[in-house]
Amino acid sequence: MFELDRLEITQEGFSLTADWSVAKGQKIAIIGPSGGGKTTLLSAIAGFVAPACGDILLDGVSMSKLAPGKRPVSLLFQSHNLFPHLSVFQNVGLGLRADLKLSPPQQDAVHVALAEVGLKEKAAQKPANLSGGQAQRAALARVLLRKKPLLLLDEPFAALGPALKVEMLDLVDKIVARTGSTLLMVTHDPADAKRITDLTVLVDGGVAQRPVATDALFANPPAALSRYLGT
Amino acid sequence: MADRAQQIRPLTLAGIAVAALLVAVSAGALLVVAANARGGAGLSASDFAALRFTILQALVSAALSSLLAIPVARALARRQFWCRRALILLLGAPFILPVIVAVLGLLAVFGRAGLISTLIAPLGLGPINIYGFQGVVLAHVFFNLPLATRLILQGWGAIPAEHFALAASLNMRAPDVARQLERPMLRAVLPGIFATVFLLSVASFAVVLALGGGPRATTLELAIYQAFRFDFDLSKAALLALMQLTLGLIAAYFAWRFASPAGFGAGLDRPVRRWDCQSRLQRSTDSLVLLAVTVFLVLPMAMIFLRGAAAVFELPPTVYFAAIRSLFVAVGSAFLAMLLALPLAILVVRLEGTHTRRAGLLEAAGYLSLATSPMVIGTGLFIVIFPLFDPARVALPLTALVNALMSLPFVLRIIIPPIRDTEADYGALAASLDLTGAAHFRRVLWPRIRRSAGYAAGLAAALSMGDLGVVALFADPDAATLPLMMYRLMAAYKMEAASGAGVMLVALSLGLFWIFDRGGRAYV
Repeated sequence: MFELDRLEITQEGFSLTADWSVAKGQKIAIIGPSGGGKTTLLSAIAGFVAPACGDILLDGVSMSKLAPGKRPVSLLFQSHNLFPHLSVFQNVGLGLRADLKLSPPQQDAVHVALAEVGLKEKAAQKPANLSGGQAQRAALARVLLRKKPLLLLDEPFAALGPALKVEMLDLVDKIVARTGSTLLMVTHDPADAKRITDLTVLVDGGVAQRPVATDALFANPPAALSRYLGT
Repeated sequence: MADRAQQIRPLTLAGIAVAALLVAVSAGALLVVAANARGGAGLSASDFAALRFTILQALVSAALSSLLAIPVARALARRQFWCRRALILLLGAPFILPVIVAVLGLLAVFGRAGLISTLIAPLGLGPINIYGFQGVVLAHVFFNLPLATRLILQGWGAIPAEHFALAASLNMRAPDVARQLERPMLRAVLPGIFATVFLLSVASFAVVLALGGGPRATTLELAIYQAFRFDFDLSKAALLALMQLTLGLIAAYFAWRFASPAGFGAGLDRPVRRWDCQSRLQRSTDSLVLLAVTVFLVLPMAMIFLRGAAAVFELPPTVYFAAIRSLFVAVGSAFLAMLLALPLAILVVRLEGTHTRRAGLLEAAGYLSLATSPMVIGTGLFIVIFPLFDPARVALPLTALVNALMSLPFVLRIIIPPIRDTEADYGALAASLDLTGAAHFRRVLWPRIRRSAGYAAGLAAALSMGDLGVVALFADPDAATLPLMMYRLMAAYKMEAASGAGVMLVALSLGLFWIFDRGGRAYV
């Protein structure tokens, strides 16, 4: 069970509250107008923003006091997910050991993960030689290796074309099915939410609302969502 | 982020230790010096003359450097020509050129037996006299005109190209462009440049040692040195050091207050397309200005090479030993500077987000040495060490240490921006991957900053290689560094040998800079 317990995040001139929980392995879209706090919510869960009060729990265990690197969380940003001076192999290998002292079985695991995301040939390349989609695939290979219970995506596919985006979403779906992670995905495109998520959280007016079934939500959007969607 | 900042990590401790050390050295020097300065009785009229001369020469040096730099920067900003890049590179050269070599070069051009005196002799003029006020100012302009030019050029580069295009479409003439675009920029950058050159001229030692002196051309720095070396009057030296420190702090405050851009590289690489300054008169003025500054910078160096290239191979062995000593000091000083700068810079960047004030104070600790001149720190160290053992025995390590402190401000200005960028772009990613400590430094930070670090270490090594400061205070005749050896040859009028040593010194300085800089760029 993943739980946001009376969570309250305050930053200068801005606050966001959330108070809900979901079962493990759920796939949740986070949608809402820009500046509403979608990214802030992810930052709080990842440990980059300290909440003013409330708690974040996984299976009843609080993670609020943990440093970002100690949290049960994998995270994908819109960009800068790979270190440009390390090879693709090393970037993915970081998911297993931060100091990159990989044992032979670990090295094999990296290769398998790379093959999984279709980047077998690119292992020795630097990120500069990858396309935008390939770079995010490499980052997903690392997610696959880290096997963290929570996967947070902060619009990592927003810059990709429609066909490529669909392909990436399906890859995410496949990876979460494999790792059993709970997925929290920030998006501004309802199509993304509908494609792979079960639940959707609407972030608006300083509140991250209780998750509701994605299909039902978009079939019958509340006023705040209609305003955002322009329907 | 809050969680990360709360953990006390080894690097954080190291950063705090470095800052504490820097404050201890500066404040310690101040305290020791103050304790030794007994009353005002020790100050004579000549000491006040030194204060007056220090301020006057620094004001004139700063004014001339800043004003003369304007037409040069303007010409560079609006003209595209084949050797533009080379000229900008040349403007960076005086920074790592050993001061004493430049002085010898200026003597070769402007001295009694120099090029100009020789040329005007048949006309019944001259010889011109370079010693004294005019010589000190000339040398300070030689060093600071290029620096000021680069800083102003950055200001020009910061004016968006669209503004010049807009000005052209509004049919603005050159005077209008100057009034609307260029003068506001100059008003913004010039005070900082003036204060910086003033500060550098106040703290300058080798120039005054070689070209000044006597009752009418002695600065505080030189007076401290003389109180030590000739009178061994510690109390007087301490009083003078207090005056120097006060002056330095005031100048440093203004330099910081009107902080100018760093002046290293960025934004210098392309001229802006202009439509308002294509008349023949403007073109020839710019050409003339650029030609004049090139000759002014290149001629003294060329003279040294002409005189010294042959002499390099006939130098006495003592000069070679001095060169080896200098190499050790320079390399040691460069590593020491990096050892001090890295933890401090990393800590400053980490604190910037959450504790802006503390970060600012820590960074200021790194710049303290700009205000406390080498002679002040040297005086303090001497007073501390003297009762314990002979300062001459530790002259070289002390020189390396003081040189490292002196280059720290430049090193910090070079390495803080890339560390800041790395933290901004990849800090969150590294944190979420639990990349910390040594692994973080080795895998993330160092690869992103090693180019800058190599460049900074190169500068530190070259500055130390060419430095003639505290070593003059401490060293006994048998343990001279190459710059000191060169100065002694000059003082003994062995100009041939001095030129040879000068060529060697330039070659070693540039060589060290090149090796470190290269090391930072090497592919691994």
